[in-house]
Amino acid sequence: MSTRLSTGGRLIDRSRQLTFTFNGKSFKGVEGDTLASALLANSQTIMGRSFKYHRPRGVMTSGAEEPNALMGLGKGAKFEPNQRATTTELFDGLTAESQNHWPSLDWDIGEVNAALSRFLPAGFYYKTFIHPRPFWKHVFEPVIRQSAGLGKVPKERDADRYEHFYAHVDVVIAGGGIAGLQSALEAGRAGARVLLCEQTPHFGGRAPVDGVSIDGKPAEDWVAATLSELEGMDNVHIRPRTMVAGVYDHGYVIAYERVADHTPEADAPRHRLWRIRTKQVISATGALERPLSFPGNDKPGVMLASAMRDYIVNWGVSAGDRTVVVTNNDDAYRTAIAIKQAGLDVPCIVDARPEANGALPDQARALGIEVKTGMGIAGVKGLRGVVAVKLCRQAGEGAVVEEVVCDAVAMSGGWSPVVHLWSHCGGKLNWDEAGAFFRPDHARPPTSHDGAGFVTCVGSSDGALYAAEVLPNTSAATRGMLGQIGKTAADAPVVQADAPDEAPLAPIWMMPQGAGPKKRAKMWLDFQNDVKVSDVQLAAREGYESVEHTKRYTTLGMATDQGKLSNINGLAILAGELNAAIPQVGTTTFRPPYTPISMGAIAGEARGDVFQPLRRTPMQDWHEANGAHWEPVGQWRRPYCFPRDGESHRQAVNREITATRNSLGLLDASTLGKIIVKGPDAGRFMDMLYTNMMSTLKPGKCRYGLMCSENGFLMDDGVVARLDEDTFLCHTTTGGTESIHAHMEDWLQCEWWDWKVYTANVTEQWAQVAVVGPNARKVLQKLGGDIDLSKDALPFMAWAEGKLGAFDARVFRISFSGELSFEVAVPASQGRALWEALLDAGAEFDATPYGTEALHVMRAEKGFIMIGDETDGTVIPQDLGLDWAISKKKDDFLGKRGQQRSHMTDPARWKLVGLETLDGSVLPDGSYAMAEGENANGQGNTQGRVTSTYYSPTLDKGIAMGLVLNGPDRMGEVLEFNTTGDRTVKARIVSPVFYDPEGEKQNV
Amino acid sequence: MSDLASALPGAEAQGLVTVREAGLVGMVTFRGDLSAPDTAAAIKAATGCDVPGQRAVVTEGEVSVAWMSPDELLVICPHDAATGMAAQISAQMGAAHHLALNVSDARAVFEVAGAGWRDVLAKVSPADLSREAFGPGEMRRTRLAQVAGAFWMTGEETVRVICFRSVARYVFDLLALSAKEGGAVGYH
Repeated sequence: MSTRLSTGGRLIDRSRQLTFTFNGKSFKGVEGDTLASALLANSQTIMGRSFKYHRPRGVMTSGAEEPNALMGLGKGAKFEPNQRATTTELFDGLTAESQNHWPSLDWDIGEVNAALSRFLPAGFYYKTFIHPRPFWKHVFEPVIRQSAGLGKVPKERDADRYEHFYAHVDVVIAGGGIAGLQSALEAGRAGARVLLCEQTPHFGGRAPVDGVSIDGKPAEDWVAATLSELEGMDNVHIRPRTMVAGVYDHGYVIAYERVADHTPEADAPRHRLWRIRTKQVISATGALERPLSFPGNDKPGVMLASAMRDYIVNWGVSAGDRTVVVTNNDDAYRTAIAIKQAGLDVPCIVDARPEANGALPDQARALGIEVKTGMGIAGVKGLRGVVAVKLCRQAGEGAVVEEVVCDAVAMSGGWSPVVHLWSHCGGKLNWDEAGAFFRPDHARPPTSHDGAGFVTCVGSSDGALYAAEVLPNTSAATRGMLGQIGKTAADAPVVQADAPDEAPLAPIWMMPQGAGPKKRAKMWLDFQNDVKVSDVQLAAREGYESVEHTKRYTTLGMATDQGKLSNINGLAILAGELNAAIPQVGTTTFRPPYTPISMGAIAGEARGDVFQPLRRTPMQDWHEANGAHWEPVGQWRRPYCFPRDGESHRQAVNREITATRNSLGLLDASTLGKIIVKGPDAGRFMDMLYTNMMSTLKPGKCRYGLMCSENGFLMDDGVVARLDEDTFLCHTTTGGTESIHAHMEDWLQCEWWDWKVYTANVTEQWAQVAVVGPNARKVLQKLGGDIDLSKDALPFMAWAEGKLGAFDARVFRISFSGELSFEVAVPASQGRALWEALLDAGAEFDATPYGTEALHVMRAEKGFIMIGDETDGTVIPQDLGLDWAISKKKDDFLGKRGQQRSHMTDPARWKLVGLETLDGSVLPDGSYAMAEGENANGQGNTQGRVTSTYYSPTLDKGIAMGLVLNGPDRMGEVLEFNTTGDRTVKARIVSPVFYDPEGEKQNV
Repeated sequence: MSDLASALPGAEAQGLVTVREAGLVGMVTFRGDLSAPDTAAAIKAATGCDVPGQRAVVTEGEVSVAWMSPDELLVICPHDAATGMAAQISAQMGAAHHLALNVSDARAVFEVAGAGWRDVLAKVSPADLSREAFGPGEMRRTRLAQVAGAFWMTGEETVRVICFRSVARYVFDLLALSAKEGGAVGYH
């Protein structure tokens, strides 16, 4: 059983006790603990259940690579699943629960899966859940979802806040071990802007644990001195708890800072996502120890050797009283020595190599530890912990030679450099035969815009695994990198790091090497996803040769740890089964993020009030105060209607329309796009943009125009006012403003760059109010001013500028409702005052603010088209009967050639008509006019569709517009329209102009 | 008119820095050939300022001229002077092809004041805000989270941020949130 030792623990402060709960039970830890070290200190060795077989699992590692000890942390609005206990800093009041257990961690019903494990082989899902098809959704999926999956989905809205942070540097250094620190020293002294990120709260990495000495002193001293020198450099910024998550093209780097995970009561952003632009990346990410594949290697109490000594040295926690160390390398002897020095027993070291005579084995033997070479583990006894291991010859099939009583096993299968950041952007790897790992191929780095490499691995990350190699390797590589960014390394000698020499490891991929099927089915490769040696071998036998396919078939390396422990072991097994060399099999792709990052960090500040920018007009406060019901239009929120007490939206819309048609309505039209086009070539440019002739428009006049894409499709419409000889004001749709402005600039900058035209989007400079209805002129005249608003002075489709009362106004005599209508534009700072003035002056006319729905109904009553209703990107103006707005005289305009294509001139194109239901009802939006027969897909034929449909309070019936085959030639014909039910609706083809077809009302 | 309204009159938030709406500010957008000597003379005559270099802003008295793009400047002046300023620039430019428009009311202006302004802005803008890259006399036309914006220093510890008027509320909320206590980064 694991426990807290009476002494030791370089990272903990025993005087500061913390209380936390695990699965509802209260525990004590100390400051500096991780959740994993605190649980071990409390003898809680089982920390979770595995994914597929629900096997009890203990903590395997002491860091970011942890596959087993995943927790749900926090409660309610602060709950987060799948958090690694090994990287969770303990704080007072922490609550954690283990995952994937039911009904309890100790007794799990799903464990029966383990008994059935031979029925759950690789590719189980693909093989089993095939027939019958309807079972997919209703049986298989719910059952799988219940039994599979890690963690619970948070049920409440996240209570925390998050943010992004942008930084620009010369060098990002990922990793604060001795390599990262040395690299930062080199780059810092050379004057580069450096950002040094360390994923844990502590610097120094493994060196202090592994007994490395630097410059003749303990590594810890050098780490402290180096940190203090770096802190004194203005050009170096040091960031603990910050993990470099991903490296992207052109030196874009994402780092994930866990600002307040360890202080959850602080009023601070929980996580911060660093978005970094850097010239160079230094990967000082170290190496990860690999497990050994022996039967029972997943039992609680079996741990990586390095983790076991971390727990002793860093946190003063032992994994057991009697620990068997099993290894294929010298490094694991450090663990045996650490255990012994902590006063605990190591019954033996099981070394799979034929001999072990290096400095570390000698030191172990000198401490009285028995070293059994050429041996392996044939099995681990114990159900929820280790009680003994069965030893065998590594060379054989696993016949048990002896049993050793123990309560913990420390295993080491060698080390793999962490090459993730090298690989994210395409850096290539070479297989190192001697070390049995992949290391960066310096000749094939990830390249930046200039074709040069922009990631440099240093220290263990570069494959320099031994302490003595790390600092020289780091300095040389960093200095080379500095040359690339035009910096000169300071002429400082490289300090010497010392540690006992190590003999080469023996690549051991299976223990014992001749294990039979039963044993292979108990050798875990991927602990989190329950993938065993037997699964990968089965996949190979079933024809999976590509490592990428095998990964997906077996789910090897697809869990949240992304195969940090299983990758190399798994592909070595695959290579063995395929009888291929490991480099031929290759690795799977390393993808960001290095470890999972929170969704909150990705979203950053974009939630709640600032989830999305909502554009507001100068009158928005008034609309809000007066109960507007909103409709999103682009990023604006426009009033849909203004319901009064007890009114439904429909009643409000009807009231607004009736008031406008009978007396006076006011619309906030500020969102309407307004683009200035100015220059000697403005007329020529306008003639190209619009389908009709704009260059002939006289200053002081307005003209309605259509804009088409190059392919001839109608994309925007609006009224153009000519301000002066050189200047046009183009009104666009609300949603189209930005894209139309960009469309204009595109043509001006890329095609007609020699035309003298400037454009400016002045939409927001102006507040605009549509003053509509028979009393529109009266209310404006009441305001006074110097503009003559009379019919003769300001006729329909004219505009004037001057004082309207105290306002600096442009008044456009245009109408989208068919009524007498003026659109009044004033500078935005005067907008709210104008709106109030119109309401005051209009009180005697029952001035009624109306919203977008009333606007829509009134335009439909007049048969005016709406971009986005009558058009959908496939409609040309000719479809809408707008031939009158297409110039025959112009040589060219955008869309002209497109509209001459055969499909565009096809007489069978559906054309715009009005539709009137026989029963007066409102046609369903988007419904189709049905035709005889079926098409090639067995669907009913159609001959038209509804594009706009409303209840018209003016006419007290449903009115609609639609596109119908030969529609304009079929006036009076009755069509049958479908609904979402079985019912159909009959409607007669009529003129789309339902109201005031002569246009008398707008001309008064 | 007397009761002119800026986008968020009186809005203010205290935190790592102070964020406050700066009220109505005059702005004229100018487009023209910035390399032409006649343009420089016209701008100088109308504003008192030289044409700024790339990403720069030049200030003379109450008027600043900022570089916005290779053919665009932004003239910043008192609100009531903007219409006259646009007219004066046009008069000085004469027949030369150009565009000068009063866009004062299309914008909102915020003042961000306090030693931590670089860190606060770096939460929402991808511009390089280090002292070596951005100092007095520099104008950054950039992005403020999801919307367009620009800023320039008006003192060692004050910066003016402009955005479109319709998103003034969003930008204010964004800056206030970024300036919230507890969120100090300690980077710049």
